Amino acid sequence: MKLTPATESQKAFIARIEKESGTSVSLCYQCGKCTAGCPAAFAMDYPPRQVIRMLQLGMVDKALSVESIWICASCETCTARCPRGVDIASLMDAMRREALKQGKVTDKKVAAFNKAFLNGVKHFGRTYEAGLMLQYNLTTGQFLKDMGLGLPMMKRGKVGVLPETIKARDEVKKIFERAEKLGGEE
Amino acid sequence: MKLAYYPGCSANGSGIEYRMSMERTAKILGIELQELEDWNCCGATSGHNTEKILSLALPARNLAIAEKTGLSMLAPCAACYSRHRHTENVIQHDPEMKAKIEKVLDRELQGTSETLSVLDVLANKIGSDAIKEKVNQPLTTMKAACYYGCLLVRPVEETGWDDPEDPQTMDRIMTALGADAIDWSHKTECCGAALVTSRPDVGNRMLYRVLKDAKDSGAECIVSACPLCVLNLDMRQAAVEKEYGEKFDLPIYYVTELLAIACGDAYKTVGLDKHFVTADKYLDTVKARGVEARAAAEKAAQEAAAKAKEKGNKAKGKTAASSTEADPKKVAAFVTAFSKNPDKMAGKLIDDEAQAGILVSVLDDKKIAKLAKLMATDIEKAKKGAAAFVAAELKRQGDCQ
Repeated sequence: MKLTPATESQKAFIARIEKESGTSVSLCYQCGKCTAGCPAAFAMDYPPRQVIRMLQLGMVDKALSVESIWICASCETCTARCPRGVDIASLMDAMRREALKQGKVTDKKVAAFNKAFLNGVKHFGRTYEAGLMLQYNLTTGQFLKDMGLGLPMMKRGKVGVLPETIKARDEVKKIFERAEKLGGEE
Repeated sequence: MKLAYYPGCSANGSGIEYRMSMERTAKILGIELQELEDWNCCGATSGHNTEKILSLALPARNLAIAEKTGLSMLAPCAACYSRHRHTENVIQHDPEMKAKIEKVLDRELQGTSETLSVLDVLANKIGSDAIKEKVNQPLTTMKAACYYGCLLVRPVEETGWDDPEDPQTMDRIMTALGADAIDWSHKTECCGAALVTSRPDVGNRMLYRVLKDAKDSGAECIVSACPLCVLNLDMRQAAVEKEYGEKFDLPIYYVTELLAIACGDAYKTVGLDKHFVTADKYLDTVKARGVEARAAAEKAAQEAAAKAKEKGNKAKGKTAASSTEADPKKVAAFVTAFSKNPDKMAGKLIDDEAQAGILVSVLDDKKIAKLAKLMATDIEKAKKGAAAFVAAELKRQGDCQ
């Protein structure tokens, strides 16, 4: 592909990502330590070092559409080891949120899991694991996924019969609403 | 010690045995836990993957409640710990974000909360000596891989109580319980976390690597302080074994389960029957081996004593003991060597590896000084001294049972 100077909108995007993640991509000198230590790099289309390089070069759309940002497990090994102090894990996090906002999610399953998870918290104030798995399986069409584990879990008393709810459900719901509103403004 | 207690959402579901054993551990060590009033989910990874302000506001509500109690808050789950700790850091260092969080919460924050992890509390606040005192069923001969995972130790700027690459707190706790904490390279590698559910093709391989390294490094079980690590390693071990055509048979324990059991709890009290990989058989094996090791050590000590007596009788005839005065330089050198490399020094005095390990575990300044002095004068006497120390420790452990 042909490289051209980053446009104003690309520059603005990178500045936003940097602010969101509290780190700077220009610090990176491409040593590759993040990638060498990444436990999920084997499954990525572009390893962490290359994702940072894309951002350095202003290849914003490409960076947002890589599968890697959804394979990142947020283990923070990269951040812990970066000799330049780049918070790569936080960048990956900011990229996921940006891709979600722009509707550019390449891994629908991870996004579906997150949605199901937060949905439970919004309504009950706590996570209901059994309900989460059920909703996740239904929305992703994997009706039989982990079915073999359901019964053994129940036998061991590891599945709550009913979701636990907290008293301040309304307060939690309002936190979600205000956060959505504030997040949308930015 | 009194702490606010944030059990986390897995405590009544997949991590129920963590809750049971955590509460037992607290009782045994005299920690009073006061459950946080009407706590909510921290949002976990899904929260920070989706909306930054939400991922901070959810833990911040709990922190606001915790602040009011004036107590530090114990969060046994590694993910809950990490999210609360991160939020605390933001509240304390980013006034702009703090204002936003307060707006979303509709509550004011003092920024005085302190979230603690279970390893920090056990190893640093309580300490291995105090734990050792409570142990009456030592896990002698257990070979444990202490698995810290990601979020307990990273990012070190926010955790700060252990080394992020080669942490030691859990190793110290396990050693205090009498177990052998093996050295391995995957202590802080990721287990795959939620990827095991959402992308098993990726997650299972990450799990496989952790299990494989533990096994190859000589571990007979894995010990953890994270409910997601345990869930993945325990519940999905069979699937990983099948996928990779390799048998691991590694029981997965919470550090709190082993602590309670080493202090005399029954297996069922801490929920050992809720595991997927059979967890009780290995503990029975450890117990049987421990008894054997103690008997062997006692026998060896008796033999050594008898031999020494004989030798002493022979030597009595000779006049002027060769050199009873130890060279202080030599003694000092031995003391330094003991503190730098206790394993190697113990190996010089005791051939049996397990017994040498016991010697290392009981070494204190007084014992080191005595052994160093003996080594400087007569290595045979030093060996006898070392054997006596081991025998005394084993007798102590035996008496406790």
